[in-house]
Amino acid sequence: MKFENPDDTICALSTPQGVGAISLIRLSGKDCLSIVNSVFSKSLETAGTHTAHFGTIKNDKQILDEVLVTIFKNPQSFTGEDLVEIGCHGSVYIQAQILKLLISKGARLAGPGEFSMRAFFNGKMDLSQTEAVADLIASGSEKAHKLAVHQMRGGFSKEISELRQELMNFASLIELELDFSEEDVEFADRTQLENLINLVDNKINSLLDSFSYGNAIKNGVPVAIVGPPNAGKSTLLNALLNEDKAIVSDIAGTTRDVIEDVVVLDGIEFRFIDTAGIRDTTDVIENLGIKRSYDQIKLARIVLLMVDLAGSSVLDAIEQVKSFREDAISGGQSLVCVFNKIDEVDENIGESLKSEGLVISAKSKLGLTELREKLLQEVGEEEGEGGVVVTNIRHYEILQKCQVSVEKVKLGLEAQITGDLLAMDIRETMNLLGEITGEISSDDLLGNIFANFCIGK
Amino acid sequence: MNVPRETMKNMLPEYDVIVVGGGHAGCEAAFSAAKMGSNVLLVTMNLQNIAQMSCNPAMGGVAKGQIVREIDALGGGSGIVTDKSAIQFKMLNLSKGPAMWSPRTQNDRMRFAEEWRLQLERTENVHFWQDMVNGLLIEDGKLKGVKTVIGMEIKSKAVVLTNGTFLNGLIHLGEKNFSGGRSGEGASYGITEQLVDLGFETGRMKTGTPPRVDGRSLDYSKMEEQPGDENPNKFSYSDHTDSLSKQRSCYITYTNPKTHKVLKGGFDRSPMFNGSIKSKGPRYCPSIEDKINRFAERDRHQIFVEPEGWETVEIYVNGFSTSLPEEVQYEALKTIPGFENVKMFRPGYAIEYDYFPPTQLTHSLETKLVDNLFFAGQINGTTGYEEAASQGLMAGINVHLKLQGKEPFILGRSDAYIGVLIDDLITKGTEEPYRMFTSRAEFRILLRQDNADLRLTNLSHQIGLASTEQLDKVNLKIEQTNALKSILKKTSVAPDEINSILESKNSSVIKQKQKANSLLVRPHISMSDMRSASEFLDQKIKDLDPTQDALIQAEIQIKYDGYISREQENALKLNRLEEVKIPPHTDYSTLSSLSAEAVEKLTEIKPVTIGQASRISGVSPSDVSILLVYLGR
Repeated sequence: MKFENPDDTICALSTPQGVGAISLIRLSGKDCLSIVNSVFSKSLETAGTHTAHFGTIKNDKQILDEVLVTIFKNPQSFTGEDLVEIGCHGSVYIQAQILKLLISKGARLAGPGEFSMRAFFNGKMDLSQTEAVADLIASGSEKAHKLAVHQMRGGFSKEISELRQELMNFASLIELELDFSEEDVEFADRTQLENLINLVDNKINSLLDSFSYGNAIKNGVPVAIVGPPNAGKSTLLNALLNEDKAIVSDIAGTTRDVIEDVVVLDGIEFRFIDTAGIRDTTDVIENLGIKRSYDQIKLARIVLLMVDLAGSSVLDAIEQVKSFREDAISGGQSLVCVFNKIDEVDENIGESLKSEGLVISAKSKLGLTELREKLLQEVGEEEGEGGVVVTNIRHYEILQKCQVSVEKVKLGLEAQITGDLLAMDIRETMNLLGEITGEISSDDLLGNIFANFCIGK
Repeated sequence: MNVPRETMKNMLPEYDVIVVGGGHAGCEAAFSAAKMGSNVLLVTMNLQNIAQMSCNPAMGGVAKGQIVREIDALGGGSGIVTDKSAIQFKMLNLSKGPAMWSPRTQNDRMRFAEEWRLQLERTENVHFWQDMVNGLLIEDGKLKGVKTVIGMEIKSKAVVLTNGTFLNGLIHLGEKNFSGGRSGEGASYGITEQLVDLGFETGRMKTGTPPRVDGRSLDYSKMEEQPGDENPNKFSYSDHTDSLSKQRSCYITYTNPKTHKVLKGGFDRSPMFNGSIKSKGPRYCPSIEDKINRFAERDRHQIFVEPEGWETVEIYVNGFSTSLPEEVQYEALKTIPGFENVKMFRPGYAIEYDYFPPTQLTHSLETKLVDNLFFAGQINGTTGYEEAASQGLMAGINVHLKLQGKEPFILGRSDAYIGVLIDDLITKGTEEPYRMFTSRAEFRILLRQDNADLRLTNLSHQIGLASTEQLDKVNLKIEQTNALKSILKKTSVAPDEINSILESKNSSVIKQKQKANSLLVRPHISMSDMRSASEFLDQKIKDLDPTQDALIQAEIQIKYDGYISREQENALKLNRLEEVKIPPHTDYSTLSSLSAEAVEKLTEIKPVTIGQASRISGVSPSDVSILLVYLGR
């Protein structure tokens, strides 16, 4: 592990991530007062220690939120440095926007345990242990985050491990030439090195794109609703939306004709994606639609299969679920089966289907509470403890820094500086990325070299 | 006359330190402890075989050359012995940055051993005894000396074990195996068993060596000559040695598909492949059978033909380490260009030996289990003369300091390769014979062969090892380097003086006067370019009359200033954590927030500082935070 520059001003969300009444963002370091001052509606220049100030946080002219800013001047603060706490409203979006703004003004996201570490170095550690342990939550959620990311984006963790490998290959070639210059092996030429570093660069860029901040906020939990047009999908969505008085929006999805509806349940965004449904057909146009449905199902975290009880017999309904489970579910998605229109058929039918899924009536709003609980439960199992958005920015920030050091490596290659000097920038990149990809130690590098080159006279 | 048993006490009185083993580690340990003032007895199985180069007759190389320079800067003996017995000098990696420049010599094997023995004989307080130590003398749980195979008990306050490959050594040659510590020498028994009884963990490692052949039977016209440097440098910073005025060449030749076919024909009788060798050998020093097995697509492997001395005809066949049956070795050698009529002196062989996982040591190389017992060299799972010698030196220094009741002498990872080596060993342990690589050092830009004296001599002088004469020389170098830097900083160079040189080096021309140091920073522009451009500058430097060493030092410090200061900043950050000490008897199991793996590793390694704890695999950043919280309370 490594620690970043202790002179930086750091910031982080100090309350649990997610929707709540208020959240607290904390900054520590010599520039924290001036950073907050530059985005706050009132001047804090003459503000004394242990004072609270009500006002707004602004990004240029746009007001982000009404907040309460509390100032603790060194040494009378948790970390022993100047420290500012911003109490803002508890929206994931607002938290993230404010953090992003603070970062753009020169703060950097704190590493796991970094607030405690500063408190330690400034002789402030006699405070209660609980405060310090709160810092650790951030590191715990990184794992949960990795898992969530993996589930949500499927290919993401694969790309990360590819990036790690590309970087390791590049670093190995550089180290090979340094430590094993006397060996009878072929060393990489400049073009080869340039190609390799470009691969690394491209990977980082595509990750930055896929991981860009807006996306992370927007993404939420993708839920694919599968079912024929008459199964009652829109009725169900409307029912869920109305019940929760949630934010409703129509967002044009990545595919032109896919409609996304966002429903916030218990502070978590669910992104419902309507699909055409899946059945055997010879119609070319419909086949295209079906292919798209499959694609949506692959991207989803939860697949909501809607079966129309009014249009099919019980046996039919069970058969539909069975064949769907076998044909369509290929990734790690969870399948939630919903038998709709129970109000239109014999109630006893519902009993016999309970083992297969939820029996509801979207129109009469029967069984919706159970459905909401079921959806939250599916997320809860995989998500672990929150922190998703913050760590997202964290990763984003790391990737941005990597981009800068990779740029330095490229310039160095161009200027033909020697491998030992190039290696300094590569190490920096590896150290940074280590936090997302897992560390690359010198043992890993040597192992990679020994596995691929015949070393040893 | 009846000689009373008490005579023993006069014959071998109580020593401060007994060093067991007379290899590279043992010699350095005896030399440094004695130089600092301890009364030392060196016990070795055969006094004819002190300081053998059991493997190839060469010292230094990439990363290892830096270590030899560090040993010399600290006042150790390896640099001087190497210079005195060198037959060829090469500075490797000159096309790369200065941190990669790595000195290497070929040596006269017999002269090397003789020079070490004479150096020890000339050292006051070093005494010799030929015998095989087969156990430690322990009374009431305290170390009191050693026991030997002829039944003697020799008393001492402390013991340094440097047993190399001799502990239960088992030599493999084809389907045969027999006990031995090295070709023609017996193995050593008893010590491992006693240490295990005392609670030490032990393991087995494997290494190998190639055949030696008769140089008169080789045809060098079929090989490629590898001469030494035109202007050879040397290892020792001192004036006690000179650089070479004549040198011997090495030669390069290659194996071919025929060679590989012959070798493969013997695979069923190879102890590597038939299961008789189970222990781990070094991946970077594979046997020839391993190479053709793992890299089957390669139709040739390089053979480096190294003379074993000035006069001797014996030749070391580097790159051909093998434990195949001797007749297979012979048949395979004959297929190599230049080796058609080869005559073998000794076959190659593999050897398995006991080592003790070095996580059982502290940074001073003292064992955690037994007070005043120190381990150095291959017994700690390392390989290489340089790695062994540097551990011997540090063990010798620390055993003396311990007996004087002084603080141990510990080098940090940003101080020296020796610091990296020892910290790696005791923090991470090692699964295969550990060899130094520059990539193991996170601050290698700082750990250069040109500045080992600047980094270390003063530190060593403070503890009473490096001589005042040595320190004076370093101080002069610092003075002259700073003076040179200031001259270059103050002297401006005009466009008409320098532009033609800049043009010839594809560097952009200047339009107005510029300071000499800012031009020297440019790639491909050297100090001599600057001097030939500006007569004024050249005269200023001549007036100062600096040593060659100072000139090079100033040039490096100016040219790489950006990189060096960046690395220094990084090192400072690390050192902040190195300064946070963890109390020695911390009970990690009571810190409930630590992960189970962290508790286990921390309990085993017992890190001294937070920095060391953070390098243990399995200890996460949150574990470190918890430790910090704990320490703050």
